[in-house]
Amino acid sequence: MNFNLTTVRGFGFMKIIIAGCGKIGTTIVESLVAEGHDILIIDNDDSIIQEITNVFDVMGVCGNCVDSDVLEEASVKTAELFLAVTDSDELNMLSCFLAKKMGAQHTIARIRTSEYNDKSLLVMKNNLEISMPINPERLAARELFNILKFPSAVKLETFSHRNMEMAEVVLREDSPLDGVKLSEIRGKFKANVLVCCVQRGEEIFIPDGSFALRGGDRIGMTASHTELQKLFRYTGLLKKQARDVIILGGSRVSYYLAEMLAEIGASVKIIDRDEKVCELLGDKLPKAVVIRGDGTQQELLLREGLSRTDAFVALTGLDETNVLISMFATRRGVPKVIAKVNREELIPMAEDLGLDCIVSPRKTVSDVVVSYARAIENSLGSNVETLYKLMDDKVEALEFNVREKSRVVDVPLKNLKLRKNILIIGVIRDRKLITPTGETEIQLGDRVVVITANQGLGDLSDILER
Amino acid sequence: MNYRIISHTVGRILQLEAALLLLPLFVSLLYRETDNVIAFLISAAAALAVGLLLTYVLGKDDRLLFAREGFAIVALAWLAMSAVGALPYVISGAIPSYADAFFETVSGFTTTSATILNDVENLSNGIIFWRSFTHWLGGMGVLVFIMAIFPQESGRSIHIMRAEMPGPTVGKLVPKLKETARILYLIYIGITIVEAILLFLGGMSPFESFVHAFGTAGTSGFAIKADGLASYAPHLQWMVMVFMLIGGINFNLIYLMLIGHFRPAVKSTELWVYLIIIVVAGVAVTFNVMPIYGSFWESLRQAFFHVISIVTTTGYSISDYNEWPLFSKTLLVVLMFVGGCAGSTSGGIKISRFILLIKAVFRDIKQMLHPTAVSGVRFDGKKVDDKTIHGVSTYFAFYFIIFFVILMLISFEPFDFETNFTAVSACLNNIGPGFGAVGPLASFSAYSVPAKFLLSFAMLLGRLEIFPILLLLMPSFWARK
Repeated sequence: MNFNLTTVRGFGFMKIIIAGCGKIGTTIVESLVAEGHDILIIDNDDSIIQEITNVFDVMGVCGNCVDSDVLEEASVKTAELFLAVTDSDELNMLSCFLAKKMGAQHTIARIRTSEYNDKSLLVMKNNLEISMPINPERLAARELFNILKFPSAVKLETFSHRNMEMAEVVLREDSPLDGVKLSEIRGKFKANVLVCCVQRGEEIFIPDGSFALRGGDRIGMTASHTELQKLFRYTGLLKKQARDVIILGGSRVSYYLAEMLAEIGASVKIIDRDEKVCELLGDKLPKAVVIRGDGTQQELLLREGLSRTDAFVALTGLDETNVLISMFATRRGVPKVIAKVNREELIPMAEDLGLDCIVSPRKTVSDVVVSYARAIENSLGSNVETLYKLMDDKVEALEFNVREKSRVVDVPLKNLKLRKNILIIGVIRDRKLITPTGETEIQLGDRVVVITANQGLGDLSDILER
Repeated sequence: MNYRIISHTVGRILQLEAALLLLPLFVSLLYRETDNVIAFLISAAAALAVGLLLTYVLGKDDRLLFAREGFAIVALAWLAMSAVGALPYVISGAIPSYADAFFETVSGFTTTSATILNDVENLSNGIIFWRSFTHWLGGMGVLVFIMAIFPQESGRSIHIMRAEMPGPTVGKLVPKLKETARILYLIYIGITIVEAILLFLGGMSPFESFVHAFGTAGTSGFAIKADGLASYAPHLQWMVMVFMLIGGINFNLIYLMLIGHFRPAVKSTELWVYLIIIVVAGVAVTFNVMPIYGSFWESLRQAFFHVISIVTTTGYSISDYNEWPLFSKTLLVVLMFVGGCAGSTSGGIKISRFILLIKAVFRDIKQMLHPTAVSGVRFDGKKVDDKTIHGVSTYFAFYFIIFFVILMLISFEPFDFETNFTAVSACLNNIGPGFGAVGPLASFSAYSVPAKFLLSFAMLLGRLEIFPILLLLMPSFWARK
């Protein structure tokens, strides 16, 4: 990548401009502020700017984001990253184009209209020099799809170019893993997995071998796909891939999800009460069954076979409806229930109510943006290759590229004095995952995945005690 | 109301003050003033003890900071700082009465420079240093200083900055509050050091150079001689004049000019009005006082020095302007209320508020003539929303209500109207000396103890722009909702 060295930089962080501060914009602002970047927001509503600058440490410019004077005032030419996330795709594309021409180094535009998201996207991306178009609905649908493909986990994350998977699982009270110490798992279940974080109530543990699991824990574990399957089979956690899915609410996310599911041959039912939406979906998704009706009526859900379905996904625009209907579905014995909850403050409450699987499209988008920002930062000097947020953002998994010799290289792991709440969960050498033991040594050229409950590691050597 | 974060932050301020008290301690050591060393040591220990208690025992940083807490923190921090800052005067015996010492400290922190000392020249160096240093600290704001040096407390700290920084709207220079605070302080320190060096090169002793630089950069004005700056050479007075002028300019503009952006400064309505007011008033006074001083250049220096000193609310003097003709005196009283630019270290109502108010008045007149006309107020080429205009009008109204309430209360004191009127105005506007019996050569020592507390209160109201202090007095502000 070609970087302009004359850039006036703040005091060590990136300068990021975010145009449009709706719901998604605000969520992105929040997570980027937590990363410590210099953030400047542009919005045409003064009161929104007031509100955000009151709560977050950012600077605001009021105006239209395709006005070059406004961009100039936001000093776009010194920005490392420009994000356009207004309601309008066209505005986003235009302002990214303008920002790029005025000197912004990277641009991200939200482009959500499905017509723009096929072949024309590539043309626009290349010609408008947009570094990354994001489609929040599609990202959310992708996440849902991943879960439905592997329903044993509440969340599945792939690391390091898909060499490694981390699954988040909630243990039932009667789980065979209840009371098992981590050091015993390998012997008992013959599966080579590493439990790397445990959430018990509000607390997060980065456990060691003597840690005993308990029912109700939400655990994150890494292993290759086959080893994970093995463990799930032994523990009776295994659920088969969802073949029959009911989706409540005919939003864009539903559309993308239905499309993805139809592609792998699953049967999909979409329930929405709006006639036009139903017609449109029916037209676009010939393989799916579109049902017009009020999905909040339990009668209708039961008639459409809620009790027999493999999975139920609540994707209406109302978080509260999603939570309530999902609880109903859980009670009816649906094996896999997923609720969309956008408002962050509702998520822990919904979890308390017994919903283990919650997807938040806004979160998904801000995660993508944060890891993109990390990647840019990396090329600017920090050594974090990629960042993943786990366990409702309380835990971070960071991937480092070992490029130079340091205190951690060529020393058996058991001899390293790691800081508290840090665990090395994987070493990738020659594209193969090594699940680390005390004897493992990190070598030059390895990729190392580290999990931590402390935020803000910038370099691999930061894992050591000072 | 979140009492714990308030206690936490106020405790921090006192710890900082304890550290800062070591500077005058060092000066006292340098001049071998043993009594002062002890006084500063005891004060620093007291500040540290109370600070630690407030921060760690009673307080907690739970980050729940809203506008309400921001106001409370600023108001209480300033009160606590002044209460502790008065200790060295009392303990060292320089100012035996606590009421007097409190007045002197508030006057220092609020950059007012109204003094109760009749015999300034007898003060020891350590005390003089502390007295002027309070000026310097108060000029840019102690909480802003905290933000610049301590790790980021919370993104919501903007509420504190808003409450402490003067001006109708507070903008950041760079996205991060901490960096903004740092830049402001770097500029401030830079100005102070440059001035001190220039004054030293101009012939002042190093100690005097620093004391006067402290007094100028914060547009504050404690002098160390009974006759102010009158005994210094004219070229030193011109230097001080230039730096007072700089102190009255919006620091945001100074920053932009330092990094090479001159356009915002050239286009700033407020800056132009500020300069025009000074030039017009200066020229008018020059011709008005010519009969007294005879020579044109002498009159010019006298006129401009005092006009700049009053507009920037510094309060330095080089002669007794009590003897000036009525026109000049009246003009100076009017200028007391105007003050410098928003975002500067000066006090008063601030020029940008006047501009906004006058523009709003003209808009309203136009609206009367054309009832259906759609017209907004524009400032620096941008439309100003009605909320800001409303805020400015409210501020004006409150300013004068408070002014007259304090004036009524102070009128029980045995002084003439001119003295009382200008005493209140000099305190509320953070200038320092007034006219009559509180003129540049006199002091506030003759006021009674309650009057001294009332005037200290007026100074705090003026420095923190009324609302933080006023809200402290509202029961509903403290309600546990």
